[in-house]
Amino acid sequence: MAELGATLDLADRKREADHPHSLIVRFSAGSPLRLDAGIDFGPFQIAYQTYGRLNAERSNAVLVCHALTGDQHAVNDHPLTGKPGWWETLVGPGRPIDTDRYFVICPNVVGGCMGSSGPASTNPVTGMPYGLDFPVITVRDMVRAQAMLLDYLGIDSLFAVAGGSMGGMQVLQWAASYPQRVFAALPIAAATRHSAQNIAFHEVGRQAVMADPDWRGGRYFAEGTNPRRGLAVARMGAHITYLSDAALHRKFGRRFQDRDNPTFSFDADFQVESYLRHQGITFVERFDANSYLYLTRAMDYFDLAADYDGAVANAFRGTPTRFCVISFTSDWLFPTPESRAVVHALNAAGARVSFAEITTDKGHDAFLLDEPELFAIVRGFLEGAARSRGLPPARR
Amino acid sequence: MLMRVKHDLTMAEAARGAGGSRVDLIVVADMVEPGARVLDVGCGDGELLRLLETRGVDGRGIELSREGVNECVAKGLAVVQGDADTDLGDYPDDAFDFVILSQTLQATRQPRVVLEHMLRIGQHAIVSFPNFGHWRIRRQIAFGGHMPRTENLPYAWYETPNIHFCSIKDFRLLCQVSGAKIEEAVALNAWGGRMRLKMPWWFWNLFGEQAVFLLSRGR
Repeated sequence: MAELGATLDLADRKREADHPHSLIVRFSAGSPLRLDAGIDFGPFQIAYQTYGRLNAERSNAVLVCHALTGDQHAVNDHPLTGKPGWWETLVGPGRPIDTDRYFVICPNVVGGCMGSSGPASTNPVTGMPYGLDFPVITVRDMVRAQAMLLDYLGIDSLFAVAGGSMGGMQVLQWAASYPQRVFAALPIAAATRHSAQNIAFHEVGRQAVMADPDWRGGRYFAEGTNPRRGLAVARMGAHITYLSDAALHRKFGRRFQDRDNPTFSFDADFQVESYLRHQGITFVERFDANSYLYLTRAMDYFDLAADYDGAVANAFRGTPTRFCVISFTSDWLFPTPESRAVVHALNAAGARVSFAEITTDKGHDAFLLDEPELFAIVRGFLEGAARSRGLPPARR
Repeated sequence: MLMRVKHDLTMAEAARGAGGSRVDLIVVADMVEPGARVLDVGCGDGELLRLLETRGVDGRGIELSREGVNECVAKGLAVVQGDADTDLGDYPDDAFDFVILSQTLQATRQPRVVLEHMLRIGQHAIVSFPNFGHWRIRRQIAFGGHMPRTENLPYAWYETPNIHFCSIKDFRLLCQVSGAKIEEAVALNAWGGRMRLKMPWWFWNLFGEQAVFLLSRGR
């Protein structure tokens, strides 16, 4: 895989981890983040982007939570890759999450690598990147850090929290941890716990990273190496789980890449191979291998029921939050029964919940893509919630 | 999978009340106390929930068809995709003041189980259904010798989603065996209008085209 040796600037990524192209809030060692691992972690920082304007009543804030390999650049070009924001389909002026109407906040998760404290950040004690000295974090830790960000911004109550996949896990955690601070919750393609199959996929990805000799026990920044092959393979494997058999067949079938016949070698003869290699290469340019280990671990540990006497319904008992749960027919990573389990728990808790399954062949990644039905449902749900919240109607 | 398409209420469709709503839905809505918590089982495109919302009712819905659910959610209604036969068991006791089954009873696999769940989940149940005891239906079976088809029930026997028809008399029997107490009953005539006359049950069973029952748990 010679092409995986594509140029990438490690220094750029390192700089982005400490001094991101984003707004930052820094918390001193005196106001640490209390981690599930039993550690008071500090000092630490959160990088975030905002879009739209906070109204005078501070009642129109929407928190957008990103997925495993996402970041805070939801609606602006990515500072490292120059690509458009990852949720420009759904968020923006006139979009379902309308930035003309709502004040959107998108933070990078703790443990990430785009400016919030994570394993690529500089450890103030050593002056070197944390690497594996970074504490293991959980989805609840991410949410706790986001709550500290909102305290800092002076936002008491969110109009809505929205996110897909790991972002959806954060949404559920938000509603469970801070029910009084969440008016409306929109968990998309998510689950209350990571399944055994999903943990298994994540473990394969982590082992791929750790099997790369350039990983160096997580100390690759110090040793001037980059486990790009391991991380690329992890990404390739994971990327398959974000799609579907039907989508792969529709996009690539068995078609050859720039050739008419097989080469009888291990070149990327098939388009699908070439596509996956490309996914791997572009991913390592913007993502930190250790962050990948930490964030996949955080998802694996996520089990809402375990924190509430074994019943998810207990997490939402008496909740004032209104929910809209959305799944996709072809999503086999977070399949519809997982979303249904969320709905059952919310029903059992007496919560106000809507649930829609959207027909698509695009798999788990459908939440990031052009899905008009998704847009209509998100828009309608937020519209109804905005009326109840007393927010003024859209101007257009 | 069982199709749970509601039968076409073509005649009642024509009969619309002052607000433009179907008369049978208005009859149902009139039975609901303002400010109540309501679950509408088989809520379709959400017309009843919308009507209830204008009356200050906190309404939720269950709907089997994906299109119906998505339409409802896009309207801002709280509706989940689900099946009356399998998903009512997930709701806790006394979660609602009223549980409504509007024009759906005859399409459920287990009407008795559904009704009993409704009375467990809600303090009250409201059930509306087409009356299979209506004289025109009786005439078709008696003299035509075939399964009845009417404007309201247009399907042929081999493709109808309606698998558990009952007459008003039959439904009263179900209430009895399920321990449901009949608080109120309204019959609608062939033009979708409310039959206001105080009449014996056999008269309603013969001339009522549709029926709406308000039930509560019997002692």
